[in-house]
Amino acid sequence: MGPYILRRLLIALPSLLGISVVLFTVLALAPGDPFGEMALNPNVPPQVREALRAKFGLDDPVWQRYFRWLWAMLHGDWGFSFISRIDVDTLIWQRVPVTLAVIGASQLLALAIALPVGIYSAIKPYSWFDRIASTLAFVGFSLPTFFTGLLLILVFSIKLGWLPFVYRADIATTGWAWWSEQLHQSIMPIVVLGLFQGASWTRYVRSSMLDVVRLDHVNTARSKGLAERTVVLKHVVRNALIPVVTLVALTMPQVFGGAIVTEQIFRIPGIGSLLIDAILRNDTPVIMAVTFVFACLVILFNLIADLLYGWLDPRISYR
Amino acid sequence: MFSLVLLLLMVAAVVLGPLLWPLAVNDIDFTARLKGPSLAHPLGTDDLGQDILARMLYGGRISLAVGLAAMAMAISVGVTIGAIAGISRGAVDAALMWLTDLFLSLPQLPLLLLLIYLFRDTLKTRFGPEMGVFIMIVLVIGGFRWMPVARLVRAQFFSLREKEFVEAARALGATTARQVWRHILPNALGPVIVAGTIDVAAAIIAESTLSFLGLGFPPDIPTWGRILFDSKDYLDIAPHWALFPGLAIFLAVLTINFIGDGLRDALDPRRVL
Repeated sequence: MGPYILRRLLIALPSLLGISVVLFTVLALAPGDPFGEMALNPNVPPQVREALRAKFGLDDPVWQRYFRWLWAMLHGDWGFSFISRIDVDTLIWQRVPVTLAVIGASQLLALAIALPVGIYSAIKPYSWFDRIASTLAFVGFSLPTFFTGLLLILVFSIKLGWLPFVYRADIATTGWAWWSEQLHQSIMPIVVLGLFQGASWTRYVRSSMLDVVRLDHVNTARSKGLAERTVVLKHVVRNALIPVVTLVALTMPQVFGGAIVTEQIFRIPGIGSLLIDAILRNDTPVIMAVTFVFACLVILFNLIADLLYGWLDPRISYR
Repeated sequence: MFSLVLLLLMVAAVVLGPLLWPLAVNDIDFTARLKGPSLAHPLGTDDLGQDILARMLYGGRISLAVGLAAMAMAISVGVTIGAIAGISRGAVDAALMWLTDLFLSLPQLPLLLLLIYLFRDTLKTRFGPEMGVFIMIVLVIGGFRWMPVARLVRAQFFSLREKEFVEAARALGATTARQVWRHILPNALGPVIVAGTIDVAAAIIAESTLSFLGLGFPPDIPTWGRILFDSKDYLDIAPHWALFPGLAIFLAVLTINFIGDGLRDALDPRRVL
């Protein structure tokens, strides 16, 4: 397992570099520059502007600027927010835990839905349960998260008044009261994200279960006289999960996209809403840094999926 | 089947609707602000007294057009890259697949937002506000959806190029271009059609997401996502305003997904029982 982990880490590195190149290219190709507004300001003499440009190296060749930028990013020197007037990395580290908590909880919820429902549907394909579950799954992943979010707010906050629809970061209580309060306000975002993911994963689990059920080793296990439960859990599910893990890893970017939307709807102070705010207020350093953090998170989760993959299918880690 | 009929009805409604429905998109009527559904305004009105049905019919055109155009873009890029990778093998294939994997692991929505933030103004000044945003969104969504198609096409090419009929064509002296164009590509298109159908739905969702975040089309172009964005601050007094466009997005996406699923069952020989 050790060499395998190392190998995956070494593969993750070039893709991180690739992403940084893409990001930087986008920034370099974009029209206008950070001092564009200064050019219009009559109070700033041209000499000052030139000096600033030289200081930040804006006139250097592109590849030099890229390496300087990469170096600064790696050192945690992510710049200074134009709007909030604090360092970008402080700003982001304040926000990341909330995002991770909401995404993590919703992924757990999605798993808790997708695994049992998908497995049970596949054991009895085309039964009533399967038909209803498949239809619901279809509806679930056709419902865009922003619409489900609004619907939930409409029903549970406005009509029933059960749940708050604005996320508060400054809850005064401590201990159990704090936890229950947190749970209370994050139920809706978690449910929105979790149901959406759960619906698409259910379909993956079901179809990959159906692929495995027909294989010979399952017949062998049955004819050995193993209990149906053992056959399903040990011989089918474990094998069926391998392609599911790949698919889940591939949908990771979408998960983060969904998180941005939910954070925006429920006003959760995570990095997604930070990104939107920064874009609406033209806060370039924050935008770049948040996009980079998202890229890192996607790669991190891909790495986790790879490790999971190696655990589910030991053959892979020996290759 | 039912999905197809429903989808065609929706398409017909947004194509013909604005011609038939008497109220204009931007008619402002302050006497009828935030009214619920009634005979004069079947889907109610918004905070300026604009008729939501008229706005949805008009905006639907753009939502669906974005979906189709982005799908066309994703398919053409995907087929090109997949075909080149599939026919050339070796270093070219490896490089192209590395590119595909790289794009697959990009965080799409943040990048989408970043691109729109950076290039919005240039395109607006060059092509006008409406066309500029349209081109931008189509390019960006299409540019982030081609990877699955490229992989599919490449896999198809790998199996098809060894088939007897391609070998026969090769033996008859067909050039590589002819083999690809006349023999391999037409046979590889089945799964691509399925992927393309689903891409339309994904592009519609992506466009609505952008508009919903306030970063898509400007307010005078009421795509469904944009109407939702405008309505979300009035959720408590005018829920109908949010419900109808949301329902329209949902139905469009659902029917397209169902059609894609049906096509998959029809076109995939290896279907699961």
